[in-house]
Amino acid sequence: MRRLSFHPCGNFKESYAQEITIFETDFGRFWLLAGLVLLFCVLPFVSSPYFLYVCNMIGIAAIAALGLNILIGYTGLISLGHGAFFGVGAYAAAILATRLGLPFWVCVPAAGFVTALTGMVFGIPSGRLKGLYLTIATLAGQFIIEYILVHWESLTQGTMGIVLPEATLFGLVIDGDRPFFYVIFVCLVLVTWMTKNIMRTRFGRAFIAIRDNDRAAEGMGIPIFPYKLLSFGISSFYAGFAGAIWAFYMISITSEPFTLGLSVEYIAMVIIGGLGSIPGAIFGAIFITGLNEILRWLTDIFMSMGMASGFGLNMASLRELAFGLAIVLFILFEPKGLAEIWRIVRSNFRLWPFSY
Amino acid sequence: MDFFIQLLVNGLSIGLLYGLSAMGFVMIFKSSSVLNFAHGELLAMGAFLFLVLTTWAGLPVYLAFLITLAGSFVLGFAVERLFLRPLIGESLIFVIMLTVGLASIFKGLLLFFFGGNLHTYPEFLPAGLGVQFGNVFIPPVYVASSFIGIVFLVLFGLFFKFSPQGIFMRSVADNQTAALSLGVHVKKVFALSWAIAAMVAGMSGIVLGVINGINVHEISAIGLKVFPVVILGGLDSIGGAIIGGIIIGLLETFTCGYISPSLRDVVPYAVLVCILLIKPYGLFGLVEIERV
Repeated sequence: MRRLSFHPCGNFKESYAQEITIFETDFGRFWLLAGLVLLFCVLPFVSSPYFLYVCNMIGIAAIAALGLNILIGYTGLISLGHGAFFGVGAYAAAILATRLGLPFWVCVPAAGFVTALTGMVFGIPSGRLKGLYLTIATLAGQFIIEYILVHWESLTQGTMGIVLPEATLFGLVIDGDRPFFYVIFVCLVLVTWMTKNIMRTRFGRAFIAIRDNDRAAEGMGIPIFPYKLLSFGISSFYAGFAGAIWAFYMISITSEPFTLGLSVEYIAMVIIGGLGSIPGAIFGAIFITGLNEILRWLTDIFMSMGMASGFGLNMASLRELAFGLAIVLFILFEPKGLAEIWRIVRSNFRLWPFSY
Repeated sequence: MDFFIQLLVNGLSIGLLYGLSAMGFVMIFKSSSVLNFAHGELLAMGAFLFLVLTTWAGLPVYLAFLITLAGSFVLGFAVERLFLRPLIGESLIFVIMLTVGLASIFKGLLLFFFGGNLHTYPEFLPAGLGVQFGNVFIPPVYVASSFIGIVFLVLFGLFFKFSPQGIFMRSVADNQTAALSLGVHVKKVFALSWAIAAMVAGMSGIVLGVINGINVHEISAIGLKVFPVVILGGLDSIGGAIIGGIIIGLLETFTCGYISPSLRDVVPYAVLVCILLIKPYGLFGLVEIERV
C-alpha cells in the first residue's frame, strides 16, 4: 500500500511533475471528495428552493468567472466585455434552440463555441494593444455587442426577448431548481477540472509568461498574438457556456441584463476571489452572488417594514454603494483576495496543534 | 442646408462639452497614468453640489459656483489621498477596478440622496445671450458653456506653461523618475492633479446640468463617453481632448440627424475600435517605447 503523504516541512520538490501536482497531500484529495459528496448528495436535499436557486446562480457565475480569471488572472488581459459575451452565449443558445430546434446538450457547447468566436473577434485588438488601451477596446466591444443584441431585431427579437423550449437531457426533462442544480454543478466541476489542467499544460505556462512580460515571452519563442487570441477564445467559451445554461434556466431572456454592470460584476468576482487562482474565482462568485442576494433581502425587509416607499426605493441604491465598497476595500486591504485569506487560514491549521 | 448648419452648431457645442469633460480625465491620466472610470460620477458630484447650493441653500449663482469648484477640489484631493495613493505601483487592473468601485460608491450615494429623477437648476442665464445666425439659433446655454470652456482652456494653457506647479505637473507626466530625482514632489503633484481634475469635472458637471438637467444615470454615462474622446485625442494631450470631443460631438449629431438616433451611442465606440486598430496610441497620443 502507498504511504499517506503529508505536507513536508519545507520545499523538497525535485521535479517539475512534483511542482505541478494538483494534490500535494492525500488530505486534499480526501477533502475534495468529501466536499463533492456533500455537494451532490446532501446539499440538494436539505436546502430550500430559494437557497438552491442561489446555489445555481453561484454555479453559473463561477463558470463565467473561471473564464474571466484565465483572461485577467493568468494572461493579464483586462476585458470589460465579459458580461456581453455572457449575453452572446445566452442568445446563441436561445436562437439555436428555437430556430434550429437543437437539443439542450448540443445548444450549450455550441453557444460556447459561437461566443468563443465572438470573443476572438473582439480580442483582435490585443494584437497591437495592451494594458489600458486594450481595456478601452474591450469596453467598446461591450457597447457594440449590447447595441447589436438590442437592435438586431430579426435575430434577437430586441426588447421582446426569446422564450426557450424545455431543456431535455438523455430523455429526461430538466426543469426546476434541483435538476438544474445537477446540470450546473456537474458542468462547474468539469470546467474547474479543465481549467486546472489547461494551466498545467504549455498553454497555461505560455499565458502566464505573457502576463508577466509579453515582450520577453515573445523573445522566448511564444507566438503571443495566437496565444492572446486563444486566451480570449477560452475565456469567452466559458462565458458563453455559462450564459447558455443561464438562458435555459431562466426560460425567457431579454437583452436587459448584459450591461457593463454585469461585466464589472465578473471582474469584481475575479478580484475579490483572487487573481490567478482557480478556487478564487469560485470564492468570488459565491461572495458577489451572496452579497447581491443579501442586499436584495435587506431591501425587501426595508420595503415591507412599512417604511415610506421612497426610502425603500433608496435602499436599492445602497446595493450599488455596498458593491463599490466591497471592491474598494478588498483592493486596498487584501488585493490577493479571498483565496489568499483561505491560504492563510489553511496554513495556520497545517501545523496545528504544534505551531511555532 | 439649414438643417446641416444647425446640426453642425449642435455638434460643435456638444463636442466642446465632451472636450471639457475629458479635460479633467486627461489631466489625471497625464500625471498619474490612472484611467479614471469614476469621472462621470465626479461630474455628477459637482452638478449636485451646485444644485444643493443654489436651490436648497439659496446662494447667489456666482457664490455657489465658486463653492462648488472649491468643494470639488477638496473631493479630488481626498480621493487621491485616501484611495489612489496606497495603490501607487500596483498593477493596472487594481487601479482600474478601484476607480470602478469608487464610481459605484459615488453613484450609490447620489442615488440615495437625490434619487434617479431629473432635477433642474433655476433659470439664471440671461436670455439675451442667445445668438441668432440667419435661421440658426444658438441657445444661451451653449453660448455660455462655450465661453466657459474656452476660458478654462486658456487658463489651463497658461497654468501649464508658466506656473511652477504646472511645470512640475508636466515634468512628472513626461518622466516620473527624472522628475523625482530633480526634486519634484511627485505625490504632491498627483494630489494636485486629482484636485484640479475634480474641479474641472465639477465645472463641466454644472454646465451639463444647465443644458440637459441633472440625472445621475445620464451624467455618469457621459463619463464613459469620455473614452472615445480621449482615445481620439490621445490619452495625454489636453488640446487633443478638446479636438477629440468636437469630433465625437459632430459624429454623434450627424449620425443622429442623418442616419438613425439609436446609432448615436454606439458610433463613437465603433470609431474608437477602428482608431485603436490603426493608430494604437490615438491620433495625438505619445507612442510608448517599451524595453524588456
